[in-house]
Amino acid sequence: MAKLLMKGNEAIAEAAIRGGCRYFFGYPITPQNELPEYMSVRLGEVGGVFLQAESEIGAINMVYGAAASGARAMTSSSSPGIALKQEGISYICAAQLPCVIVNISRGGPGLGGIQPAQSDYFQATRGGGNGDYRLIVYAPANLQEAVDITLEAFDISEKYRVPVFIAGDGMIGQMMEPVEIPEGFVSQSAEKDWTTTGTKGQRAPNIINTLYLDPLKLEEHNIKLDNVYKLIEANETRYEADSLEDCDVVCAAYGMTSRIARSSIKIAASSGVKVGMLRPVSLWPFPYGAFDKINPKAKGILCAEMSMGQMLDDVKIGSKGRWPIHFYGRSGGMVPTPDEIAEQLIKIAEGKSV
Amino acid sequence: MLNERIIIAGFGGQGVMTIGQLLTYGGMYENMHVSWLPSYGPEMRGGTANCHVVLSGEPISSPIINSATSVIIMNNPSLGKFEGDVEVGGDLFINSSLVDLKPNRTDVEAIYVNANEVASNLGFEKAANMVMVGAYLGRHPIIDISTLEAVLVETMTGSKAAFVPLNIQAIHDGVKICQSQIANI
Repeated sequence: MAKLLMKGNEAIAEAAIRGGCRYFFGYPITPQNELPEYMSVRLGEVGGVFLQAESEIGAINMVYGAAASGARAMTSSSSPGIALKQEGISYICAAQLPCVIVNISRGGPGLGGIQPAQSDYFQATRGGGNGDYRLIVYAPANLQEAVDITLEAFDISEKYRVPVFIAGDGMIGQMMEPVEIPEGFVSQSAEKDWTTTGTKGQRAPNIINTLYLDPLKLEEHNIKLDNVYKLIEANETRYEADSLEDCDVVCAAYGMTSRIARSSIKIAASSGVKVGMLRPVSLWPFPYGAFDKINPKAKGILCAEMSMGQMLDDVKIGSKGRWPIHFYGRSGGMVPTPDEIAEQLIKIAEGKSV
Repeated sequence: MLNERIIIAGFGGQGVMTIGQLLTYGGMYENMHVSWLPSYGPEMRGGTANCHVVLSGEPISSPIINSATSVIIMNNPSLGKFEGDVEVGGDLFINSSLVDLKPNRTDVEAIYVNANEVASNLGFEKAANMVMVGAYLGRHPIIDISTLEAVLVETMTGSKAAFVPLNIQAIHDGVKICQSQIANI
């Protein structure tokens, strides 16, 4: 299998198609435009449908409709566009429809900027839409990981009937790196006995609906969803950890920031500071359990993000007060340098406040 | 260990992104760790364009370059914008056909390449960017030109295929100009 040099947006699109995506509904926004552009060419070649919707709201509701018929449907956007989709995402979760949603995020709030940021963590993991719902949120740190996650995203989404949400950022979308996209991916497609494909007079109708006016019925539905979420927490939590057991300091970071932090850890090591790395790959379910592996005598945990501190809340929950928690963030499209993060890690090891 | 961090900057249309992609492809073909990151956004529409290329012997942490080993400057505005990004002792490759300003830095090596004239002499001014690729390789021979030729053959297909030999010649000419200068350094 040859390595290809691809832009992140294109690599995610190709991996989605090889993972079974046949319907894509989107609306343009920087920095994710190459994703729908690629889909517009490739989906026709594989007998799929690409449609540029009239708006982000239109696109997410088209995903709802296509998914209700059992199709593998996808949408992508960037931060303010994902904000517009939140109502539809809440409805898709209520209706228990599988789909894949990609956010190649940029600085916010509001229209913000177009440079990379990680300030949509709350939006993705805490729900921008209403009601008790969850998304399975993956944050790749490089293009190969983005490909590997996207390839199996539809399978995971269909297994639980919960959307898979891929949280990239402008750098993941725009950069080129070598990737290998396997041919002949075999889908572990779940049996779909719930789709609205016509009864042909042979069975009772399947109804996809999100309205439950009877509070007892809605509570039953909430409990049913919650049981699925508990199963996902048990099965789908993903993270990468290095040297947590015997480190002086831990760096918690995800996505692009985590790969920058890897250089910071080497810089700190040259100053004699041993830094462990805790990198959540799934932002929800969050790997709270991984914190139990951290050296009880570690001096502290540095949470580094391209935001003003959002994953920071989950780091505090996971640490349960066992270590001092510090934060270093750049925002608005600014990207931390390896030296900046290393400086904070060394300060924590020396017992100085960050 | 190999760790080349190259910023390429110029006007949109000068083949700035192509210089970066060619070096990135070449590095990938020679089994280096590589990344290419374009500037994107309003500056691409009519103003300066730039890209960051990292070629490394180990996995690349940040595709953003804070301190470049080399900067390739294709036009005047890019010189002021990017000369400060070269590390001390690094190289500035300046397209002297279009850049009449001089760098303020004295702690870096400036290599002047009249890329547009060289390309025009080949009858193919569009290859000015390839002359700059050659100049870079003349100083940093980290990728074989035969590898770049393989990349061009693979990526320039259809009606573009006829231009592969001219591009390769432009790269060779760039190497020569650079080497004649660094002999005098």
